[in-house]
Amino acid sequence: MLKKILIANRGEIAVRIMRAAREMGIPTVSVYSEADREALHVRLATEAVLLGPAPANESYLVISKLIDAAKKTGCDSVHPGYGFLAENAEFAQAVQDAKLTFIGPQPRAIRALGNKLGARSMMSKANVPTVPGGEVKSGSIDDFKSLATKIGYPIIVKAAAGGGGKGMRIVTDEVQLQEAVEAAQREAKSSFGDATVYLEKYLSHPRHIEVQVIADSFGHTIHLFERECSIQRRHQKIIEETPSLALTPELRTKMGDAAVAAAKAASYISAGTVEFLYDSGNFYFLEVNTRIQVEHPITEMVTGIDLVKEQIRIASGEQLSFSQADVKMRGHATECRIYAEDPATGFLPSPGKILHLKEPVGGNVRVDSGVYSGFDVPIYYDPILSKVITLGRTRDESIDRMTLALKDYRIVGIKNNVRFLIDCLNHPEYRAGNLFTGFIDKNLPEWAESETDKELDAAYAGAALAMSGRQVSSTDALPDLENSPWQALGSWEL
Amino acid sequence: MYRIESKIDTKSPEYRQNQEDNKRLMEQLRDRLETVRKGGPPQAVERHKSRGKLTARERLAKLFDDNTPFVELSPLAAWDMYDNDAPGAGMVTGVGVVHGREVVVVANDATVKGGTYFPITIKKHVRAQEVARKNHLPCIYLVDSGGIFLPEQSGTFPDRDHFGKIFYNQATLSALGIPQIACVMGSCTAGGAYVPAMSDEAIIVRKQGTIFIGGPPLVKAATGEEVTDEDLGGADVHCRISGTADHYAQNDDHAIQICRNIVETLDRSKKFELDRTKAEDPYYDPNELYGVVPTDLKQPFDVREVIARIVDGSRFQEFKALYGLTLVCGFARIHGYPVGILGNNGVLFSESSLKGAHFIELCAKRKIPLIFLQNITGFIVGKKYEHGGIARDGAKLVHAVANAQVPKFTVIVGGSYGAGNYAMCGRGYDPNFLWMWPNGKICVMGGEQAADVLWTVKKAQLNKQGVKLTTEMEAEFKKPTLAKYEQESSAYYSTARLWDDGIVDPKKTRDLLALAISMSLNTPIPEPQFGVFRM
Repeated sequence: MLKKILIANRGEIAVRIMRAAREMGIPTVSVYSEADREALHVRLATEAVLLGPAPANESYLVISKLIDAAKKTGCDSVHPGYGFLAENAEFAQAVQDAKLTFIGPQPRAIRALGNKLGARSMMSKANVPTVPGGEVKSGSIDDFKSLATKIGYPIIVKAAAGGGGKGMRIVTDEVQLQEAVEAAQREAKSSFGDATVYLEKYLSHPRHIEVQVIADSFGHTIHLFERECSIQRRHQKIIEETPSLALTPELRTKMGDAAVAAAKAASYISAGTVEFLYDSGNFYFLEVNTRIQVEHPITEMVTGIDLVKEQIRIASGEQLSFSQADVKMRGHATECRIYAEDPATGFLPSPGKILHLKEPVGGNVRVDSGVYSGFDVPIYYDPILSKVITLGRTRDESIDRMTLALKDYRIVGIKNNVRFLIDCLNHPEYRAGNLFTGFIDKNLPEWAESETDKELDAAYAGAALAMSGRQVSSTDALPDLENSPWQALGSWEL
Repeated sequence: MYRIESKIDTKSPEYRQNQEDNKRLMEQLRDRLETVRKGGPPQAVERHKSRGKLTARERLAKLFDDNTPFVELSPLAAWDMYDNDAPGAGMVTGVGVVHGREVVVVANDATVKGGTYFPITIKKHVRAQEVARKNHLPCIYLVDSGGIFLPEQSGTFPDRDHFGKIFYNQATLSALGIPQIACVMGSCTAGGAYVPAMSDEAIIVRKQGTIFIGGPPLVKAATGEEVTDEDLGGADVHCRISGTADHYAQNDDHAIQICRNIVETLDRSKKFELDRTKAEDPYYDPNELYGVVPTDLKQPFDVREVIARIVDGSRFQEFKALYGLTLVCGFARIHGYPVGILGNNGVLFSESSLKGAHFIELCAKRKIPLIFLQNITGFIVGKKYEHGGIARDGAKLVHAVANAQVPKFTVIVGGSYGAGNYAMCGRGYDPNFLWMWPNGKICVMGGEQAADVLWTVKKAQLNKQGVKLTTEMEAEFKKPTLAKYEQESSAYYSTARLWDDGIVDPKKTRDLLALAISMSLNTPIPEPQFGVFRM
C-alpha cells in the first residue's frame, strides 16, 4: 500500500482525497499558494507545503515545485485531483521519473487520449461509435467544404488539442465555413499551440451522458454506469444525476460496453470517464477524461463504491476487488455544484469573504466542501465552493431532497448559485426529464433573484456582522496594520 | 541578494541528535507555559469566575481584535521563585492589537495571591511601561490587585524602580502623549488606587471594581467609621460622586467594550516608513533550527545556518565576509522589513570588533533596525591581544552598540558570556526587546572557567600554607561553583528575573522579530549620534 500521498490540488477535492486517505490510514501532505494560507485543505492538513505566489502558474501548476514538495516531505505518491495538472501527461511523467507513484492513468494513456483527433481514430478502430466527421489532411478549404457536405450541416469545428469550448465554432451553412475554420485555427494555435482543427456533425439537442470506468493493472476493466450531465452553463456542468432517464437497460449495457472498449483501447488504468453525446437513441464518443471527475460522488452514492479509495488501491498495485457483475445500482442520485458566482449576471465569478456558512445535513445528503465560515474565497482559481449530493429511492425523491438541502444551505457574504439551482431543479421541464445541453439558455434565460430574496440576503449579512461579536465600525479592518505581520500572522502566541 | 547555501545535512546523526535535544527543550517550555497560563490554583480560578469575573487572559482575548497575534512579555516571570506561588508573577503583560493599533497591556491576575505585587511583578509592570515608552504604544491597565504583597515589602516599596516607579511612568508617559487607560475590574487599594487615578481615562465595573486609598478595615481602625467596599469606593461613588472614574461598566464584557471604544478614538500615530517589500518565507524551513543548533554550547555552529532559517528567502547580503570571521554581519529582510544582522561565530577579536562597529554605523546611518544573534563566550584574552589593543577595539563595538539609535533586537541563540554580552547588545544596552532560546545560557563566564579561576586563587593560598593538594580536593572545591553556575545560567533563571522578555521557540523567532519591528516604527528613527570612539 502507498505510504504517504501528496495532494497536488486545493479546495473541496483536496479535502475529499485527504478523507479517503485518512480512512485508509495513509498520511497526506497538502500544498498551497500564498492566497490559500487560510484554505480549508491547509487547515485540515497535518502537513502542508507552500508552493509559491497566488497565480496558479506560479504555484499549483509548477511541476518542479510539486515534485520537490513530495520529495521533501517523504511522500511516495501524488494524487492530482481534477483540473490543474490532473490531465497533464508531462506531470504524470515527471512524477514517475521522480520515482513516485502517480495516482491515475499512465502518462502514455493521458497523452493518447489528450489528443482529440488521435482519440477519435483510436475509438473508431475499437468500434466505439464516434460523431460523424473527421480531419482534413490537405488542410485545403475545398476539402473542408466537401467533408462538411458529406456529414451534413450543421457542423462543428473543433481544435484537435482543445477542451473547455476553446477553438470551437458552430457552422450552419457553407458560407460561414471558411471564416469559422480559420478563426478556430487561430484560437487553437494561441490556446494550445497546435492549429489542427477537425469537423464533426453538430447535434442541436444532445444530452451529455458519460460512463464511469475503472481499470486495474491486471487487465480488469469495468464500468460503473452512466451520469447524465446535460445541465451546463458556459460549457461547464452544474447539475448531474444518475441514472439517466434517457437510457433503457439495453442501451445502458451497450454504452457501458462501449466505454469499457474505449478504456481498453487506450490500455487505461485507474478511474476515468468516457463522455458521450446522446441524441434520439444514438450515442457518440466525445472524449475520455483521464482523472477523477467533479461529479464522481453520484456514482459513489448509487454503487456504494469509493472511487478515490479504489484509485489509491489500484495505484498501490492491487487488483479490483469486484467484478462487473458485483456492481449494482441502487436509487437515484443528484449532484449540484455550488459556485461563488452570480447567475443573474451571466455567472460571473464572485469571490470574497464568507461571513457565515451553514451547510445542509440530513439522511442521504452529502456535502463535499472546501470552505468554512470566515474564509475569503480567492479570485485566482475556479470559484467552486462545494458540492451537494443527495440520494433518493426515485428521481423525484432525490430532487425533493436536494431542494430541501439547498434551501437549508446558508452562504452569507458572497453571491452564489444556490437559489438558481433550486429554480433549475424545480423547472417543469427538469422535473419532466427533458434535459439537453442548452437547457439553461432555453428555460432560464433571464433568471434573476426575487426582491424578497435580495432583502433576505441583506438581513443575513447584517446578522452575520452583528454576530461576529464586535460593534461594526469603519475602523474594524485594521487599516493601520494593513499588510503588517500583525495581520499576516493571524492568531499567534509565544 | 544571494541565498545562503546551507551546509547542513539533515540526515546526519548530529542533526538528529540536536533535533531530539531541542524538541525535548521545547516540550519543557510548552509544558511550563501551559502551567503558568492556568494562573493561580484551580480553587482560586473557580472562585474568581463564580463572581462573574473573567480571568486576566479571557479579558485580554476579548480586548484584542479577533485573529491577531499577542506578543506576551516574560510569561515565565517568577518561575521557581516564591515557592512557585506566583505563576507569571501574578500578571499578564504584552503587546496586542486593538482597533488596528498596537497597545501595551498590563493585566493583574487576581487568582494569584489576589493579584498582589511581588518584587518581580513590579519589575514586569515597569518593563511593560518601558516597552510602551520605547515604542510609543498606548497603555491599557486591567486592574484587579490588592496592592503590594506585604511579606515582600522591602523588595517592592522604597527603591527607584519599585512600586512608585509605576505612577511616575504613568505621569511621564502621559506627558509624552502616550495614552494611559485603566479599567478597574477588581480592587485598587492604597498605592494601587493611583493606577486609575493617574490614568488619562478610567473605566470601573459596577459591584466589582473598587478604588480607595485606605480600605474599610483601615478606615475602621483610623476613624471608627464602618463602611462597605461599595460605599467607600465602588463604581457609583467614583462615577457619580468623586469623579475618579470616567466610565461606568455593567460587567467585564461591557468594560472591555468601552475600553475598545476609547482606543478607537485615539489618534493614530503615523508609522516611520521603512523600505518594506513583500514578505517571503525563508527558503530553508525554520523547523530545521532544532537540528542546526546544538544544546551543548561547547559544540560550535555557523550562525549563518540560523540566519538562513530566519530571514526572507534565506537571502543575506554579507558584509566583510573575509574579515573578522568570528562576527558575521549583513543585511537581510524579515517579513519584508530591512534588517542588519550581527551573529557570533566565535570569540571576538580586534578585527571582528572593528567590523561590527563599522556595520552598526552603516545601519545607524541608513536607519535600518539591528538584530543581534548572541552566541558568545567573550573577547579573546592573552598578552598578544592585550598588546594589540583588544580592550580599545572592543570598546569601539560597545560604544557603537550603545549609541546606535535604530531599533535593536537581541536574541540569545546560544551562550551569552562576559563582555561579549555587552558587545552584542545585552539587556544593559537597552535593546527594544531581548529574547532567549530554550537552549540559551547567560552568565558572567562559564562554570568551569569560574571554578578554575577560584581554584587558582585558592591553590596559591594553600600552597603558601604548605598544604599538599590532591585532585579530589580540587574536584570537591569546584563542585559548588559548578552547580551554582549551571543553575544560574539557565534560560529559566534569566527569564524568571526579567533579564529577558521571554523564552521563544526558535522557529517563531522570525515572526516575533517582525512584530517587534512593526511596534518599533511607532516612533521615528533619529539621526545617528555617536560619542568619542577610542582610536
